Amino acid sequence: MYSLSEAAHQVPVIEPSAADGTFSLLWLVIGLPLLGAAVLLLGGRATDRWGHWLGTLMSAASFVVSLLLFVELLGREAGDRSVTQHLYDWIAVGDLQVGMDLLYDPLSALFLLLITGVGTLIHVYSIGYMEHDPRRRRFFAYLNLFVAAMLMLVLAENYLGLFLGWEGVGLASYLLIGFWQHKPSAAAAAKKAFVINRVGDIGMALAIALLFTTFGTTSFTAISQVSGAAEQDTLTAVGLLLLLAACGKSAQVPLQAWLLDAMEGPTPVSALIHAATMVTAGVYLVVRSNFIFELAPTAQTVVVIVATVTLLWGAVIGCAKDDIKKALAGSTMSQIGYMMLGAGLGVAGYAFAIFHLITHGFFKANMFLGAGSVMHGMNDDVDMRRYGALRHAMPVTFLTFAMGYLAIIGFPGFSGFWSKDKIIETALAENWVVGVLALLGAGITGFYMTRLMLLTFFTTRRWKEDVHPHESPGVMTVPLVVLAALSVLGGVLLLGDWIVEWLAPVVGEAPHHEPPLPIIVITLLTVATVAVGVAAAWFLVGKREVPLTAPQDVSFATRAARADMYGDAINDVLVARPGAATVRGLTAGDRSVVDGLFTGGSAGVKATGNVLRRLQNGFVRSYALSVLGGVLLVVLALLAVNLA
Amino acid sequence: MDFVKPTIEYAELAPLLIVLGGACLGVAVEAFLPRSPRRTVQLVLTSVVLLAAFATTIWVATDLAEVAGGAARGLLTAEGTIVVDGPTVFLWGLVLLLSLGGVALFAERRVEGGVSAFAGQAAALPGTEAEREASTRGWEHTEVYPLLLFAVGGMMLFPASNDLLTMFVALEVLSLPLYLLTGLARRRRLLSQEAALKYFLLGAFSSGFFLYGAALVYGFAGSMQFTAIAEAVRNDTGNQALLLVGMGLLAVGLLFKVGAAPFQGWTPDVYQGAPTAVTAFMSAATKVAAFGALLRLFYVAFGSDRWSWQPMMWAVAILTMVVGAVVAVSQTDVKRMLAYSSVAHTGFILTGVLGVQGAGELADGQITSLQAVLFYLAAYGVATLGAFAVVTLVRDSNGEATHFDRWAGLGKRSPWLAGAFGLYLLSMAGIPLTAGFVGKWAVFTVAMSAGAWPVVLTAIASSIVAIFFYVRYIRIMFFTEPHAGTPAGEVASVTTPSLLTSATIAAGVLATVVIGVVPGPVLDLAARAGDFIR
Repeated sequence: MYSLSEAAHQVPVIEPSAADGTFSLLWLVIGLPLLGAAVLLLGGRATDRWGHWLGTLMSAASFVVSLLLFVELLGREAGDRSVTQHLYDWIAVGDLQVGMDLLYDPLSALFLLLITGVGTLIHVYSIGYMEHDPRRRRFFAYLNLFVAAMLMLVLAENYLGLFLGWEGVGLASYLLIGFWQHKPSAAAAAKKAFVINRVGDIGMALAIALLFTTFGTTSFTAISQVSGAAEQDTLTAVGLLLLLAACGKSAQVPLQAWLLDAMEGPTPVSALIHAATMVTAGVYLVVRSNFIFELAPTAQTVVVIVATVTLLWGAVIGCAKDDIKKALAGSTMSQIGYMMLGAGLGVAGYAFAIFHLITHGFFKANMFLGAGSVMHGMNDDVDMRRYGALRHAMPVTFLTFAMGYLAIIGFPGFSGFWSKDKIIETALAENWVVGVLALLGAGITGFYMTRLMLLTFFTTRRWKEDVHPHESPGVMTVPLVVLAALSVLGGVLLLGDWIVEWLAPVVGEAPHHEPPLPIIVITLLTVATVAVGVAAAWFLVGKREVPLTAPQDVSFATRAARADMYGDAINDVLVARPGAATVRGLTAGDRSVVDGLFTGGSAGVKATGNVLRRLQNGFVRSYALSVLGGVLLVVLALLAVNLA
Repeated sequence: MDFVKPTIEYAELAPLLIVLGGACLGVAVEAFLPRSPRRTVQLVLTSVVLLAAFATTIWVATDLAEVAGGAARGLLTAEGTIVVDGPTVFLWGLVLLLSLGGVALFAERRVEGGVSAFAGQAAALPGTEAEREASTRGWEHTEVYPLLLFAVGGMMLFPASNDLLTMFVALEVLSLPLYLLTGLARRRRLLSQEAALKYFLLGAFSSGFFLYGAALVYGFAGSMQFTAIAEAVRNDTGNQALLLVGMGLLAVGLLFKVGAAPFQGWTPDVYQGAPTAVTAFMSAATKVAAFGALLRLFYVAFGSDRWSWQPMMWAVAILTMVVGAVVAVSQTDVKRMLAYSSVAHTGFILTGVLGVQGAGELADGQITSLQAVLFYLAAYGVATLGAFAVVTLVRDSNGEATHFDRWAGLGKRSPWLAGAFGLYLLSMAGIPLTAGFVGKWAVFTVAMSAGAWPVVLTAIASSIVAIFFYVRYIRIMFFTEPHAGTPAGEVASVTTPSLLTSATIAAGVLATVVIGVVPGPVLDLAARAGDFIR
């Protein structure tokens, strides 16, 4: 197998200092939203009236603390930007000593800003979006719970703490996908997400167990210092298990099937959890575990393969979906594939993976919220075939959405241009096959995003008479404007290679690889590929009449893409049916063999009980006789054992 | 002949003296106070005495001197007849706490419509004019409080006694009041009196064996004192047959008290016939005291000869667990079911008695069998007291509804109470996160380290059978409905009790959960009790 890492790079060791001064506020970042969730969930209806304000306030306060911490961290020396805070001893059983420790370093600092910043904007947006929902307070409670869990995930100093957050976001995601539980489809989608995520979580649990047996600890600090001493096979196993976990959470092939269904949740949820933050946790996991992956090149190669497959898989799905949210979900999958690709490329790609993660967090949240705004004006219709020419009815939504659109296709100057370009460039430098496929993905991205844009905001009006599209209220459009600005300007993080240097203490510095082509050529090539995609969309969608129902006489590729690339069918054939057959077999065995033994045994016990019960006849003389018999038994037993 | 004044360490014996003195005071109250204020006075007196005794017990516990190189703490008092050491103090505290719960249940008057659960006038024949008069006038026997105190006194002396005669006296002091209390039920008086008589006859029978065993062991060792007996056993002086038969007969006397098979015959009848408040107190506190005595006799007096008595104890433990668990399956009355369950628990505790005794034979951090048994007794005592307390509240028009059909659907009608009962049952079944699980785990591990794996296997099998009949109650309470067409008077419902019973049940639930989730402190306490003074 072709190995992507030719030489084992020097992996940076985590050497945090104890938190003091401003950094002792670290726990508040998690504590505030957690408090909000607790108050809203335990307070019940009493908090109905002001619950959404409290939820937003807690998220915003957490953002302020994150900002303070970030400023403080900026003021430190590059080598000194890693801080831990020990809250309490969490688990202390024999050899297993796990502290409730937090780790604040350049990597988690960026995540803190993204999670609390975008999170707060989405809280604000939700105030308007969920205004007429009778369970709004509960919605905000879950959102706060999610934010707290996600912060726990990125702030934990050990894998067990990370796992706590990991499961916490899984729970919040389950609760929020199924928030409209009265809809059977939402309930089913929540269950599906939960079950598929369990598969990934098994990988996580096994990885933690393996780390513990290998290193005797789950702390990042400790493992990063000794990981080099471990067997490479062990590290490969850990890496693959972590990848399985990442696949589940980040909807990578083969555990991708839940993400499209997850769009049943309210749109702010899709924006926050299923676009900007939670689904990128897998990327965080791989980058955070760089001290494992750098030493396990096989696992890294598998990461790259999975990422490449996913980025094409998601993009193809995005091309055929008529549901605006599902098209965006396919795009999310594909974009996370890019991040995963960056992470899989090792030291050269970690920083760009995180960079793309952040810019994607901005523009994808922007577009999801924009889609929500469109739906808000279109009576919650999600079918783009019944949209069209909405740019006049919703100018703000249109303009902000357009910023996101330009960012994601990589229009020069917009944030996505910088971040995606860097990943493609690195991929080409490391392995030209992967690079070309990533380039192809960029072209497809141009196609499906343009198609989405055209169907929604351009072409002819196709909505029904009783639909009155209108612009959303200010509480919804203001977050859109902020996110649109960030989508445009996110590229500044790359100015003077700032983000690369910022993350270098955590992920290491890459040795320079000469790309096969000059960088300017690669950039031009990328832009050209995207332009082809955009043009194709223009000719295939923009210039033609859009039928109100999806045509059925379409190519195989379109049918496959509409059916989520047969993800469910594959799961059904490979997992569900054999699983069901095994269950049937086991049930039959259980009925006949196990139950037979059990019922036989219990019948025996009962019969014996009924016999013995007769001895209990109520006569004192019988009891006295039994005592006497017991005396003989005891005395004879003693004598027999000792004098024989 | 010179008379040497015996030295008595009054300070260390204070808890015992307070309880017995309080009991005498209670008798005086009965004799001299008019009828109407008696109940209040007795209730206050008994509670104060028990609380004072508990407080002094804690004080004594903090003040015990270390002996035997720190392995044990305490001293021999009263000329070597009583020993106050770590285990004694632990058992005292446990007995006193359980007795407090017992007093609360004794004093409950709301569930019977303003009178206590005890007969208005015990001397009146059932079904006569005199009985009706006693009940219409609302008389009640307040003698139950001093009787309880005497029994508690006996229970405290029992595990503290350091010679065979004192132990026998303690046995009688704790038994006689219990025989009387058993016969004092207000309802179903014939059943109650029959139970009392059975208990008395069989108790007297087994006391005879104990006494004869004491005589034989004296014949072997030439002394009644445990220390001297242990010395004689170690040096192997005297007639071995005398020792073995004597040891067997002493064992019978004690195994009868703890209700081990084949001496368990009295348990179901007495538990069912006695007023439920008495059953609650008796089943919890007697077992604690009797196991304390059993441990002291066999660990201190016969400890160096354990290979001779352990096979016998193995057999008794196995038989007890099997009989208790198997027969409980076919019981349809909740009090009888709990009685057989208590027999099965006797077997489990005996499993612990068979465990490794010396701390030197154990790995670091492992507990000794003494500590495991002490912990088990705490967990079991709390659960059984609480379970019987719940039984006092589930009633229909005929008083307590103990047939299990009547409990159908109770979980819907009174979720809190049914939940508490379910928790007690789960604890007795040994489900994790309850005190019972930790207790079972503790006794099984110590027995396993001592190589008693046949006993442990039987114990595990019996636990599985036991889960069946415990969970069956939970199913009946929560997942079945009363038969359609059952007359309203025949469906059991929960009578709202006064604070006394509710507090007892709530405290039991709290203890069961807390000890189950965080067993550390109680295990530490049992470990701090250290070893017996030899």
